[in-house]
Amino acid sequence: MTGVDALLLALGAVAVGSAALVVATRHLVRAGLYLVVCLGAVAGMYLVLAAELVAWVQVLIYVGAVVVLLLFAVMLTRAPIGASDDLDRSGWPAALIGGGVGLGLAALLVDAYRWTTVELPEAGTAERLGEQVFSSWVLPFEVLSVLLLSALVGAIVLSRPDIGASRDDAADDRGRSR
Amino acid sequence: MRPVIPYVTAALLFGLGVYGVLRRRNAVLVLMSVELMLNAVNLILVTADTTAKAVLPHGGQVFALFVIVLAAAEIGVGLAIVLQLYRIRASVAVDEIPLTEQHTAEPVAATTVGQASRAVGSEPEGPR
Repeated sequence: MTGVDALLLALGAVAVGSAALVVATRHLVRAGLYLVVCLGAVAGMYLVLAAELVAWVQVLIYVGAVVVLLLFAVMLTRAPIGASDDLDRSGWPAALIGGGVGLGLAALLVDAYRWTTVELPEAGTAERLGEQVFSSWVLPFEVLSVLLLSALVGAIVLSRPDIGASRDDAADDRGRSR
Repeated sequence: MRPVIPYVTAALLFGLGVYGVLRRRNAVLVLMSVELMLNAVNLILVTADTTAKAVLPHGGQVFALFVIVLAAAEIGVGLAIVLQLYRIRASVAVDEIPLTEQHTAEPVAATTVGQASRAVGSEPEGPR
């Protein structure tokens, strides 16, 4: 048990604990804030695992952008401040399937890796990852940029009702709402 | 470094994400649970980058970057759908959405749309 293992264990405990609070809390806003703690702990694990660039991208995009978007959605859907009782369905099937998946995967991985050790590879800095992305992975990278563009257009079309519907539907809608 | 620690962490995170997706009724909380699952997959990829000897170096980390970009696109479109749902039905409970909305149910839905847009009041009318 080296220092790296102790660090990974502590960060993993924080991540799993705050993830449990995300799925169990009855306050909508607190779920978003626990998600920040969980994603931050996972970013710390990336740093320990010598994945430098991925850790900083995780902090920038997940903690910076995704959580802010989620909190905006919580506000725009007029979520109540304080505890709400109607956030959950009955829990037994969900606990059965979730626990089965989590513990099953954990058992599988423990059986595969036991208590072996590996050497940490050289750090994945921006330079090394950039070389890889722009030499071996150029085609997926370009396809991903097309996907981002289409997701952007899709989000805009979805949130503007006047350009999404066909002409007949729009006329129908107008007639009904008047 | 013992790879079993991050692997087990990722497995437990994925299980918690599955539990959250199945348990929660609020669509925003369902999206948060999906983020947990995507993070578990990223953790697996980054850990596998240290344990597996690949032909291309740092393949796992490059894949983790790609998954992060996919998650950003997913959350953008997902939140657009959730906000549109809230505008139409004034509720984001996922188990109240009728999956088989037929033409018989159309007048009810239309009045709901009218009420919602009147209640919100700030719906962009656009060039109608």
